[in-house]
Amino acid sequence: MTHYLEFEKPLAEIEGKAEELRAMARANEDMDVEKEALALDAKAEAMLVDMYKTLTPWRKCQVARHPDRPHCAEYIEALFTEYTPLAGDRNFADDHAIMGGLARFNDQPVMVIGHEKGNDTKSRIERNFGMARPEGYRKAVRLMELADKFGIPVIALVDTPGAYPGKGAEERGQSEAIARSTQKCLQLSVPLIAVIIGEGGSGGAVAFAAANKVAMLEHSIYSVITPEGCASILWKDAGKMREAAEAMRLTAQELKELAVIDHIIAEPLGGAQRDREATIASVGKAIADLLAPLSNQTPENLVKSRRKKFLDIGSKGLAA
Amino acid sequence: MNWISNYVRPKINSLFSRQDTPDNLWTKCKECGTMLFHRELADNQNVCTNCDHHMHITPRARFAALFDGGIFTEVAVPAVVEDPLKFRDQKKYPDRMKAAQKATGEKDAMLVAEGEMGRTPIVAAAQDFSFMGGSMGMYVGNAFIAGVERAIELKRPFVMFSAAGGARMQEGILSLMQMPRTTVAIEMLKEANLPYIVVLTHPTTGGVTASYAMLGDVQIAEPNALICFAGPRVIEQTIREKLPEGFQRAEYLLDHGMLDRVTHRTKLKDELVTILRMLGGLPPAVVADLPAPSKTPELVAPTDDADQSPVVTDSEKA
Ligand SMILES: [Zn+2]
Repeated sequence: MTHYLEFEKPLAEIEGKAEELRAMARANEDMDVEKEALALDAKAEAMLVDMYKTLTPWRKCQVARHPDRPHCAEYIEALFTEYTPLAGDRNFADDHAIMGGLARFNDQPVMVIGHEKGNDTKSRIERNFGMARPEGYRKAVRLMELADKFGIPVIALVDTPGAYPGKGAEERGQSEAIARSTQKCLQLSVPLIAVIIGEGGSGGAVAFAAANKVAMLEHSIYSVITPEGCASILWKDAGKMREAAEAMRLTAQELKELAVIDHIIAEPLGGAQRDREATIASVGKAIADLLAPLSNQTPENLVKSRRKKFLDIGSKGLAA
Repeated sequence: MNWISNYVRPKINSLFSRQDTPDNLWTKCKECGTMLFHRELADNQNVCTNCDHHMHITPRARFAALFDGGIFTEVAVPAVVEDPLKFRDQKKYPDRMKAAQKATGEKDAMLVAEGEMGRTPIVAAAQDFSFMGGSMGMYVGNAFIAGVERAIELKRPFVMFSAAGGARMQEGILSLMQMPRTTVAIEMLKEANLPYIVVLTHPTTGGVTASYAMLGDVQIAEPNALICFAGPRVIEQTIREKLPEGFQRAEYLLDHGMLDRVTHRTKLKDELVTILRMLGGLPPAVVADLPAPSKTPELVAPTDDADQSPVVTDSEKA
């Protein structure tokens, strides 16, 4: 069953009608509905093209958070072999909001780390909706250190509304954990590639995305705070999230212009949720393309160029 | 404090911090309700003389108290693109900036300076909560990096006084990018083998806490400072329960192993000197308020600038 977003309702009606017609035809052999159904299909596709050609930033947020969008676990399953999860921060717990472990990417050993949001009530609760606690970032630091020690590239899949704002998380040093994870990214002498596959929420995203190359899926978002959060602070009204989303420049296209990200990965028509396999394949191709040129770089150069990349942000791509 | 400081301090203060502090104004301490004369408060670095409540202090007032003789040289900060996102909420961002600049007399929310503290050369940066809540945008990132680069150039320790409501929302993703940018600077400092000391002041929150404010070699906080990633209100909304007394305050973080020390503002200078001299392998300092170094003609008294009086507020919003 397709899960439609609010702005996709007109589309849902047309696609629903086409499906109804076909269902009726299946029940009644004498009926020939194919011509009408095909006309509806064409209409739906034209509408989809139109709708997704000009997604507003707020609509992009909705697509980025779409429940049927492929999540970290699916990418790992499809793109990597011999995935061997490694758990725990050796201090407190294993945070299920963060997945990670050794795996092979096109036969090459890599360390893959990512936020997993879950895809039904049970797994969402288990994954804490992809909102990590300090032990999640500390696990990531541990895995990055392991990769660094053995010269293995790190691939980070970013998909989080943000770090978890909870009592225990604060007590155990959420800020310090995020800061150390960002710092670890910037210390790595191996290639680090980050792909924002859905939501890149604030410090919780940066902790993995201080990378040599940062790619974003076409309809993913990356921001300093959620549009709802921004609206409630600056507009004093969380309902002004549309305005906030416009003002914040959180779409992949705007971030590429600002030279904050390096690469945009195209999504299938109608968003990643409409063709998960094709989306996952595109992400795989992008990772391979971004990783190849980094593999020839010296460890010193990988550190140096990564640092320079961040120091330079704000000095180009901005209109004076 | 010994007799030297008792003798020297009032003289220095009369030279540098009292000059444009009118005698006839008072502020009410929001913690204990005591009426405090501005002069009395300024002499005590904006700490309530009755209950020790630490009020906000501007970077200039802090530096006047920190550096010997109240003398320091500002470190230049590379210019940034103004309003890079053409951001507009209920007000235009440039209008908010102009209002903050007018109210504080400062360019942005961080001031960087070099000078001597207890005859110990340092570079220091301080965040200005009175400037748009001390929020971290591109200027703050550039200021931090400029301070670190100057510290490396002069082979001096870098001392950071943090105070921020978090990221500068009007700079969107570019404010978020200051987290990795400032962290790169900390890596440079580390490679130069120079100490990085953080003094967390009220409040230090959000992306600032989750980057440079938590990466110090030594982490000191002022008493009762709110230090957090997510603010108490956000957490209460998430977990739907009341938070314990003192949650996310400096003493609470000290108890939970997140800080090295909690230190009264008026004792900070001596403590920083002690720590930095040990880390730098220098002999113990003479504990006193020393006059400004005499053989440094390039140093200028901060009082040459427009607004030197500590900004005293009676309502502090976190
Ligand atoms: Zn008081």
